[in-house]
Amino acid sequence: MAEFEPQIVAFCCNWCTYAAADLAGTSRVHYPPNVRIVRVMCSSMVNPLYVLKAFEGGADGVLVAGCHHSDCHYIDGPVKCDATVDKLRKVLHVLGLEDERLRRELVAASEGVVFARIIKEMVEQLKKIGPSPFKVKTEALA
Amino acid sequence: MNLEDIIQETKTYYCLECGKCTSICPVARYDSSFSPRQMIENALLGFGDELLLDRELFSCLTCYTCQKECPSDIDFPIFVRKARSMAQDNGQHGVCAHSGQLQSLARLMTSPTIKQKRLEWLSKEYRVSENSDVLLWVGCAPYFAPIFEDIEFNALDITKASLKTLNLLGIEPKLLPNERCCGHDALWTGDIETFKKLAEHNAAQIKEAGVKKIVFSCPEGYRTFKLDYPNYVDLRCEVLHISELLAEKIGQNGVKFKEIKKKVTYQDPCRLGRHLGVYDAPRKVIESIPGIELVEMRHSGLESICCGTSAFTNCDSYSNMLRAERLCEATETGAELLITACPKCQTHFRCAMMDKGEEHRSTPKIEIMDLANLVANAIEK
Repeated sequence: MAEFEPQIVAFCCNWCTYAAADLAGTSRVHYPPNVRIVRVMCSSMVNPLYVLKAFEGGADGVLVAGCHHSDCHYIDGPVKCDATVDKLRKVLHVLGLEDERLRRELVAASEGVVFARIIKEMVEQLKKIGPSPFKVKTEALA
Repeated sequence: MNLEDIIQETKTYYCLECGKCTSICPVARYDSSFSPRQMIENALLGFGDELLLDRELFSCLTCYTCQKECPSDIDFPIFVRKARSMAQDNGQHGVCAHSGQLQSLARLMTSPTIKQKRLEWLSKEYRVSENSDVLLWVGCAPYFAPIFEDIEFNALDITKASLKTLNLLGIEPKLLPNERCCGHDALWTGDIETFKKLAEHNAAQIKEAGVKKIVFSCPEGYRTFKLDYPNYVDLRCEVLHISELLAEKIGQNGVKFKEIKKKVTYQDPCRLGRHLGVYDAPRKVIESIPGIELVEMRHSGLESICCGTSAFTNCDSYSNMLRAERLCEATETGAELLITACPKCQTHFRCAMMDKGEEHRSTPKIEIMDLANLVANAIEK
């Protein structure tokens, strides 16, 4: 049987983390190809449904990443995003989902290497804990 | 299923076009483009698309106010429910409140492999028993608790109060560690597929648990188990709302209440009242607490006004106007405490009172509490 390859959906803010992912690419920093990046204008626009839908669709992990608190293009986006993710984490905990499956990170536009490291770490962690419990449903449907 | 089947099943062809439904409808009073009569006419005259593509289809509160007035006894809420399931098949989902996360959670809960941690709140002060033949249904409360923490509402307080009350009555209920959403919201938004899966999960777990009686602190779960599950799954259990159990037990087992000097009023949840006809039990429980004076609102019992949103769809400014109106009625009675028996009524009223938007400045404030909490505070043994 082939090794389990986790699928990660990453919501990246347009101004910082998306640029960081781009930088990782242009500077030829290698990271696993398990991530699907969704560009959002600000990490604070990621509402709980986006993350839940990603899990519904069979994602093994979700990354919500944006600017550092002092860098936000819209002043206090990361604060709002932190609040959303904290709340969602509690909900996912009740649902029995491992904490590692939802990750919140602050990555500045210059931190391409950091972005690559985060994805590497996440893939390793997800390989250890295995496929998401919601995947069974999606595969049965396919 | 097509529209013709729905018309036949719900006997909407008996419609006399009298318009009583629209004149009594709480939504239509604020939202002039919403008309139950028009929706039925559209179906009968062959304008199915106008009915199914209209987002107003999801504005109906399914509160059963119209059905109680209808001279032809047309079951409009069921008509809407079936039409919604047709609309869902065509890709219309309505606008879900709270960005649709509650509907999404229900869909996620259909996964057979999840291991929920829904009983982490259970502390040693509560007594539960593995061998009990009474089950306390916890339902969505562990999910509502984090989701609604910013409106200062913890649905688990209701569950805890219910459990404490049952313990004081000498009942040590069983709790299911992996029960699923009852599927109420999925069913009423027309997502029959999700509802069926959830119902099957729950029925299997209840069968395995071998209980004879299920007690609910939420009227929506109660309604779903009592009226909807029998159509989909085999569930041989007695189901009852905690207010019914309390009304029966009060005066027995040496249950005593301490005095609470308060003037209170009671909000009939639509699911408990008009759906299931439970009006007297909660009132009997409230009145049996010494010192409490129960005053009725202008609209109560059969005529009671809904909290403004059901199944977490289409929560809009009209819903908020409805809530403000209901809260005005509650404060007009001179009561200092509003008692409800449904966690969702409480969610919606609290939200309306917290709302700091320009248009809601006039929303009156009143303390609000669930029946189970009132009883748990008053009971002594």
